[in-house]
Amino acid sequence: MRTSRTGRAGQYAALLAYLVFLAFPFLWLVSTAFKPPRELASLHPTWIPEDPTLANFRQAFDEQPLLDAALNSLAAALGTAVVAVLLATPMAYVMARRRTRLARAATGWVVVSQAFPLVLVIIPLFLVLKNLRLIDSMTGLVMVYVVWALPFALWMLVGYVRAVPRELEEAAAVDGAGRLRTLVSVTAPLLAPGLVATALFAFVTAWNEFFFALVLLKTPEKQTLPVVLTHFIGAEGVVDLGPLAAAAFLATLPSLVVFALIQRRITGGMLTGAVKS
Amino acid sequence: MTSVTQAERPAARVPRPGRDRRVTDRGAWFLVLPALLPILILSVGPLLYGILLSFTDAQSGRTAAARWIGGLNFQDLLHDTLFWESFRIGLVWAVGVTVPQFLLALGLALLLNQDLRLRWLARALAIVPWAMPEVVVGVMWRLVYAPDAGVLNETLRDLGLGDGRDWLSGLGTALPAVIVVGVWAGMPTTTVALLAGLQNTPRELHEAAAVDGAGAWRRFRTVTWPALRPVALSITALNLIWNFNSFALVYVLTSGGPGGRTRLPMLFAYEEAFRYGQFGYAAAMGCVMVAAISVLLAVFLAGRLRGGDTA
Repeated sequence: MRTSRTGRAGQYAALLAYLVFLAFPFLWLVSTAFKPPRELASLHPTWIPEDPTLANFRQAFDEQPLLDAALNSLAAALGTAVVAVLLATPMAYVMARRRTRLARAATGWVVVSQAFPLVLVIIPLFLVLKNLRLIDSMTGLVMVYVVWALPFALWMLVGYVRAVPRELEEAAAVDGAGRLRTLVSVTAPLLAPGLVATALFAFVTAWNEFFFALVLLKTPEKQTLPVVLTHFIGAEGVVDLGPLAAAAFLATLPSLVVFALIQRRITGGMLTGAVKS
Repeated sequence: MTSVTQAERPAARVPRPGRDRRVTDRGAWFLVLPALLPILILSVGPLLYGILLSFTDAQSGRTAAARWIGGLNFQDLLHDTLFWESFRIGLVWAVGVTVPQFLLALGLALLLNQDLRLRWLARALAIVPWAMPEVVVGVMWRLVYAPDAGVLNETLRDLGLGDGRDWLSGLGTALPAVIVVGVWAGMPTTTVALLAGLQNTPRELHEAAAVDGAGAWRRFRTVTWPALRPVALSITALNLIWNFNSFALVYVLTSGGPGGRTRLPMLFAYEEAFRYGQFGYAAAMGCVMVAAISVLLAVFLAGRLRGGDTA
């Protein structure tokens, strides 16, 4: 479609405004993370650090147990990703291949589960986990994360299963392959990229999660990165900007990398999902 | 991806022999249970338990069992002016974030749907807030808003627009300041959803309308918007709910301050439950929030049914 020259110019101006709005907070975070104290204290902060330093990173690791926190986050995220996909795949297969009431109910649950205020769920969960002595434990946290990640994992996986043509499975059955054999040698390989994408998405969700971790983990050494990050912000809102920025920058890198890897699949899935809904 | 659409075709299946069918049915349950049981135990169960708790005087750290006190929590809640103030702030925040976010995301989606250079960069950047932990988004904007070393005040000083201020601590500026962050953080999902709706619009319709001499606004109103409407309604309803229930962002930015000006209902309920140990009372707050959201969903569903949904 043709657009007039002024129209084009207007479009580019708008696009530029969006680019600035979307990019500048992140650029500022990165810039702050590498600034020496002198530049941080200056009343006229520089955009690009004149004297870039890694001192903030060192100080961040000195002040808070960042390495422990990162390992805790990694454990929570990996555990969630693996368990969620293992549990969700069989159910997603049934939901995709059969039009049952159960499948419809599960789809409804995906929507409804988005609507609860978490506080209504966390209080009973807290009581139950306390009785099971699973407060302050990674097992308890991963259990909560898995259930929390399941609805969306199911929803993604159903799409991926449906993308595997039923005819292929039927052809294998005609050739005399049993049900299990068909699943393992025909369906599973075609499903693999979808499983990976779903696992990575669950990984990022758990890596980024804050509320459950805040409530369920008490001991400082057991806390995850997002919770430990808030310790950099003092009680009276006193903030050591440099180390805070450095720690925040580190905490966001894994999610950004994973998201860059699966971005197309997720937006693709969301695009079709949004259109179909 | 065409993955989801393919499967919608009517299932033309060969009838199976009876025995095989019974076996696969039992097999189906076997496949469903691993996911269904945890959901029932750790999600549906706690939800019902939570509703039950709201009728008790359950407290943390107390050894005596909780007593059933009927609607007393709800009666107290009715007179709790602080809670209703936070409820009001929650509504202002939810609408205040959702509306500008929708308009901005619509603009961005329309731009991204055009053949523009740098479109790839905007697409990539539009996704970034989605990948970041909410806590990091909060931290990042604290750096932007910082009184002296923040980029916002520095820019204002450079432009000669005053000496800058402490945005997150000002009684009048705190809520607008956190709303801006909320808009930024929720841009990706909204933009992606709207872009999906746009790509669903048949191109031929646009071209036909252009040939008929329709201007850009007419084309938007008669071709683009009708196709976009169902997606726009869904994402708006979801955004309202998500925003009303949000926690981490504002917890990191202001912890509800100054003077409770940004204390969203979730922050209020969290403090009530985990700082003051009033589990029953906080559960009652959760119930009121669910009720409010249900009303919102009902209104939305009614509107959607009336709107002759075609997608």
